[in-house]
Parts: sequence; structure tokens; C-alpha cells
Amino acid sequence: MNLFADAIDWILDPANYTGLNAIPLRLGQHLLFTLVTLLIAAAIAIPIGYLIGHTGRGRGLAVTTSGGLRAIPTLGLLTLVALWVGVGVVAPYVALTVLAIPPILAGAYTGFEAIDRRTVDAARAVGMSELQIVRKVEVPLGLPLLIGRLRSATLQVIATATLAAYVADIGLGRYLFSGLKTRDYAQMLGGSILVILLALALEGIFALIQRFAVPRGVSGRLAIPKPSTLRTERSTAAR
Amino acid sequence: MIEFRSVSKRFPDGTLAVEDFSLVLPSHQTTVLVGSSGSGKTTLLRMINRMVDPSSGSVEIDGEDIATLPPVKLRRGIGYVMQNSGLLPHRTVVDNVATVPLLRGTPKSQARQDALTLLDTVGLDRSLADRYPSQLSGGQQQRVGVARGLAVNPNILLMDEPFGAVDPIVRAELQQELVRLQKELDKTVVFVTHDIEEAFLLGDQIVILREGGRIAQVGSPADLLAHPADDFVASFVGADRGRRALHVERHGDEDVVVDSDGRLAGVLDSARRAGMAADPEAAR
Repeated sequence: MNLFADAIDWILDPANYTGLNAIPLRLGQHLLFTLVTLLIAAAIAIPIGYLIGHTGRGRGLAVTTSGGLRAIPTLGLLTLVALWVGVGVVAPYVALTVLAIPPILAGAYTGFEAIDRRTVDAARAVGMSELQIVRKVEVPLGLPLLIGRLRSATLQVIATATLAAYVADIGLGRYLFSGLKTRDYAQMLGGSILVILLALALEGIFALIQRFAVPRGVSGRLAIPKPSTLRTERSTAAR
Repeated sequence: MIEFRSVSKRFPDGTLAVEDFSLVLPSHQTTVLVGSSGSGKTTLLRMINRMVDPSSGSVEIDGEDIATLPPVKLRRGIGYVMQNSGLLPHRTVVDNVATVPLLRGTPKSQARQDALTLLDTVGLDRSLADRYPSQLSGGQQQRVGVARGLAVNPNILLMDEPFGAVDPIVRAELQQELVRLQKELDKTVVFVTHDIEEAFLLGDQIVILREGGRIAQVGSPADLLAHPADDFVASFVGADRGRRALHVERHGDEDVVVDSDGRLAGVLDSARRAGMAADPEAAR
């Protein structure tokens, strides 16, 4: 309990609010790093996921590749990339993007797959072009599942982004690594608490977004993932 | 006029859905394709708007081979109504009806106005315009589906078992509505069903299909009942079961109609019979 009090004291200590190690600065870095990583991962994964979901092709390849990517230990990949490109922010961006791609990719294509085939068929039959089907039917109806997976990707990245401090001086991970080195456990725990608070804050924001992402007119009945989607959810959770 | 010229369709998995099918579907008439599942009736219907392309043979609309037309443009000119209404769940009723006109570039306010008029046409209250499909009953959704099919004022209306998923009372109501609509609008309707009663009610020309899209018989309802080509047709229209071969028996003061199995089919309505000549509606 004493350690907890020390950690709170550390968080509240005015000395930790100035200079290069200021808590707000580190929080900002951590957040920015997370958001940029997610943006890169989304820019890669969403178009590919939409293509797979719309055409129904390449799903097996995506599942295998995603599984492979998930199996890569992030710290190992981080070290490897850092050895290759050198110390700096590039290695953490690469390693964390690899971590974020699988859930976002799965969110994009399962979102499309969960849509009633007859709805898509009808849209095509009345004369929507393939691009219009994607834009006006599949993207809006697939959004809730995509946002859900973006949410879990965000949590993963924000927690794992502490590793960025291993090869670059950014983010809240700095407190963990330097605390470990100097046996300053109050600083380590304080840093961890900050990561947790940040994760909870983003979680809350995503919960709100997710509610608004369900298109009007799509009742709870339709928003509940179908059995096939549930199976994918479970296998993801098991990893 | 729609014409099938020796059309065949083999799906990638090897099933031959339709084999050497030729038929003329006259303009401004309702042609009903009727058959059990596996008869290829839906495949045939979907060839008319190129949702399915034939493996061989051609489909022509007013003498033009539709294989030469871009599918998206073709579909926007043909009304399509499907079994589960196929409405977009995230769009309101009025937006669903206006979908295709908006794709064709009709101004938004104009499209909305037209859509509201169409709701009147299919017998839906305008107060439903801003509801979502999930807030409507099955019958109401089907009406919206019909309104959407009519939205571009197409010459051709394709209907794929549109009343298959609603309860019998609503189905009867929708069928009567369609009979009324068709009298008003005079479209070329192609209607797919497995229900021979529905076919008799709606069809000017009925096509009875066997497995693989082979035609068992084409004709008017009266033709099929009076002169079934073979046992298959006879059994399909129910002539062999005696339910259609009725005769009158006198029970006391009443004339009752009895089928050949001896089952009571109804009573002879002498008042209505007398009025038939004056009121052609009753003759239907």
C-alpha cells in the first residue's frame, strides 16, 4: 500500500511537471505516438480489409497472415528493426503498426461479411455500381464492427507503446525503464498508472464513438454480431 | 417485349440451372414463371437485369441483346422487387424509394416528392416516410419494396417471390394490390413464384417449369387448367387431385359445389352469378 501512496505522490510531485520528463509532455507523446501508429495501421489495413470483405477473396490469406503477425513478439520485432534502422522512433512505429494491423484488418472484413447478403444483392440489383455498394451500403453497415476492432487495437497499442522508450526517448514507457534501472519503483508504478488512466480515457471515448457508429434504423437486433462473427471474436480473445 | 433465345446457364460449380430455354414475354402483360425449387425460375428472372449472365444464348429486350448493355445502366432502368424487400436498413422509407432516382441524378427534393407520391400509389401512409424498414411490418416493407421498384418508372418490373415471406392474409391483400396496380400502370411484369394459386391470380401468361428450366407448358390460366399438356402440369395445377374438377350437388334448398374427392368446396352464389354480366370485376 505504501508503494501505491508513493506512486500517487510521484504523480502529484510538481517536480515531475517540468523539463524533458514532464508528465504532460510524456502523456502527449504517448498519445500522439499511439494515434499516429493507429492511423498508419488503419491506412494499410482498412482498404485491404474492405477489398477482402467486398470481393470475398483472399480471406484465407488474410487470416493466416494476421495470425502470423499476431504471433510475432513485439519486443523482438522492435529490437530487430532498431538494429536495422538504428535507434529512434522508426522502429517503434514499425513494430506497433504490425501489432495494430491484424485487429483492424479483421474489423474491416468481418464488418462487411456480417451484412445480410440479400441487402447487398438488392443494392446491386437496383443498379448500384460496386463502388456505390461499398460506399453507401457496406461501409456504413460495417462501421460498428470496425470501430469495435479499432477500439481493441487502440488498447493494445497504448499499452504496448511503453516499449517505444526501449529504443527512443518518447512516451510514458520512459518512466518504466528508468525506474527499473534506478530501482525507483514509485516512478515505475506511477508511470503504469498513467498508462492505465490514458487507456481508460480512450476506452471511454471509443465506447461513445461506437454508440454513434451504429447507423440509425439498424436496431440492436442487427448490431449483434452473427454467430460467424462471434467465432472470430472468440478466437481473437483466445490469443 | 423480352425474348429468351436458347439460353443456358451452368454455374461454376457445375450445376446446369437452365438448359436451352426459349420464350417470348409480351409487353404490358404479366408473365409468371412457376416451378419448384431447382427449376431455375429465379435464375431466369435474374438474367433479365444481368444479375446472372447466360453461359450461352441471349436475352433481348425490344430486340436489343442486353449482353451489349452495361449492367449498372440496364438495372437502373428495370424495377426489381425481391422476397425480403431488400431495403437498406440504414435508410428511411422515403430514401429507400428514392435510391435509384438519386443514383440517376434526380435532384433531391424532386426525388423525395416522387417517392412520397409512390407511397400513395402502393397504399402506404405518408406518415411512414421517415421510418426505418425495421420499424415496419413485413407487408409494409414489401409495399416499400414495390414502390422502390416503380421509382424509375420502368417498363419492366421483375418480382422474385415478392409475397413469399408474408402471412397469407397480407399476401392476399398484396396480390390484390398488384392486380390493381398492374391495371393502372400497365407494365411488363415478370413474376416468379412456386405458388400456382398466385400464378393463376396474377398471370396473363403462365410458364410452368420443370427441373433445369425446361418448359413444361406455357399458356393462360384457363389453358393450363382445361388442357394440361401432361401429367406433370396436371399435377402442378392440381387438376389430377380433383380439387379443380367441381360439380354441383343439390342439398335440400341449397346448391353446393363439391370436388371430385367429395369434399365440399362452397355454395353456389346465385345472386353474384346473376350480377356477373353487369359487373365484370366479379368475374375475376
